[in-house]
Amino acid sequence: MSSVLYDVPGPRAMLRNRILGFATVVVVAGLLAILLWRLFDTGQFTASKWQAFTYPNVWMQIGVHTWNTVSAFLVAALGALVLGFILAIGRLSDHAWVRVPVTAIVEFLRAVPVLVFMILLFYAMPVLGIRVPSYWAVVIALIAYNGSVLSEVIRAGVQSLPRGQSEAGYAIGLRKAGVMRLVLLPQAIRAMLPAIIAQLVVTLKDTALGFVITYPELLYYARYLGGQANLDNPVIPAMIVVAIIYIGLCLVLSFIAGRVEKRMRRSSKTSMVMGLHHPVGELTDTQLIATQAGADGATGAEGGGFAKFPTTKP
Amino acid sequence: MGSILNNLDLWRDALVGTLVLFAGGGVLALALGFVVGAMRVSPIPVARAVGTFYVNTIRNTPLTLVFFGFVFALPILAGQRMDNMLLGIMALGVYTATYVAEVLRSGINTVPVGQAEAARALGLTFGQVMSQIVLPQAFRSVIPPLMSVIIALLKNTTVASGFAVLNLGSIRANLSERGENALEVIIWVMVFFVVMVLLLGWLQQAFERRWRVAR
Repeated sequence: MSSVLYDVPGPRAMLRNRILGFATVVVVAGLLAILLWRLFDTGQFTASKWQAFTYPNVWMQIGVHTWNTVSAFLVAALGALVLGFILAIGRLSDHAWVRVPVTAIVEFLRAVPVLVFMILLFYAMPVLGIRVPSYWAVVIALIAYNGSVLSEVIRAGVQSLPRGQSEAGYAIGLRKAGVMRLVLLPQAIRAMLPAIIAQLVVTLKDTALGFVITYPELLYYARYLGGQANLDNPVIPAMIVVAIIYIGLCLVLSFIAGRVEKRMRRSSKTSMVMGLHHPVGELTDTQLIATQAGADGATGAEGGGFAKFPTTKP
Repeated sequence: MGSILNNLDLWRDALVGTLVLFAGGGVLALALGFVVGAMRVSPIPVARAVGTFYVNTIRNTPLTLVFFGFVFALPILAGQRMDNMLLGIMALGVYTATYVAEVLRSGINTVPVGQAEAARALGLTFGQVMSQIVLPQAFRSVIPPLMSVIIALLKNTTVASGFAVLNLGSIRANLSERGENALEVIIWVMVFFVVMVLLLGWLQQAFERRWRVAR
């Protein structure tokens, strides 16, 4: 298959690609072998290192801490969506006295690291006599940061719509609020749904920052477990278990994002808006030749990511 | 101002810590990201699969967990004590490299295939196609998102404060021991980050203007 970087391979290129592919396999297998050797050599696969995970109590604690992570994420995600809409509408306002302060707030919230905001809430608020529990420090900081990012996403979605949309809304007698609520926002949300869900994955990942301010989420428990001498300090086993849970949670969300994106692309309602971002039907001669020659298009789509072209023979 | 002037030594060390993490992580991320990005657009299926696996896994892992792996687990595997600053740089580099790789890949994909085909039809060699046609165009569309990645990296350096690396994220703990007002310290840290991010954002816009895509 042809791409910007390389032509349809001839016999010599194919041989070279095979050699390079073999070299990649050797290098990756070598790295994995070193990792496994170190894991064995330092006794990470012995029964005593993993005995912690034979106790139901430990699994119950893992469940509790997973719930701490998920509950912080759910509240933060909901709050961030609400804040995102409020800030987006504020930034799109016609009135400068609304738009300018909201713009300043969004820029400020986006510039401050989430962790610094958490530290402000958790360690610095008591100076003013306000004690913020670690749960709320995590949730409020995540809402503030992700809300401001989501507001930018929603605003970009509204501004990417053709002007005719709002003009048509005004022409049939809708007010500003009606145009926004009935015409612009539904289209903007549909077009931006993949980006919104991607930001929610970031929110889920950032709940792990609670570890630094001693919020008892999954990593916190892994650290605790790793420090238990009577369980043979299972730092690496605990990390492996927690990593699987975290990556699993994120993959589920990412999977949903992928499904939504696919469905969006199929749906006719959004075809116009989505069409702007996904130009299709541009086939070059070389691609056609490659397709006709049966030079596999299916595997290339994964790595390449260019506009899809039919892989069935004409 | 008092909390800064009375503790200049600590602020200097913290600022140096942040900048070392930022620079070290940035260099590692660019180098590793370039390799992974090249793997993801290569004509070799195995290399593409490895690159995709790396990017998908790390992108779905919290940065705190990556830090955890490097700072707590790697010294155990290596069987020796290691410098936390170095481990922090490695964690930031490995994490940010996935974002760099994605930016490079999507930058290359913005160049229409016809451009390279036209160049090949003119008889340009592979090196000429790359250096004269493809990379100059890809470069222009890579710069703005790459700056966003770098800004995110700067903010992510604060995560190192949970792992005993002195930087602006952890200076509060050290100054509280000296009896300074935590609120004042955090506000100064926020001011630093806002200024730095505004500066980098301004740089981003300047680059964007300088290398605007003329199509």
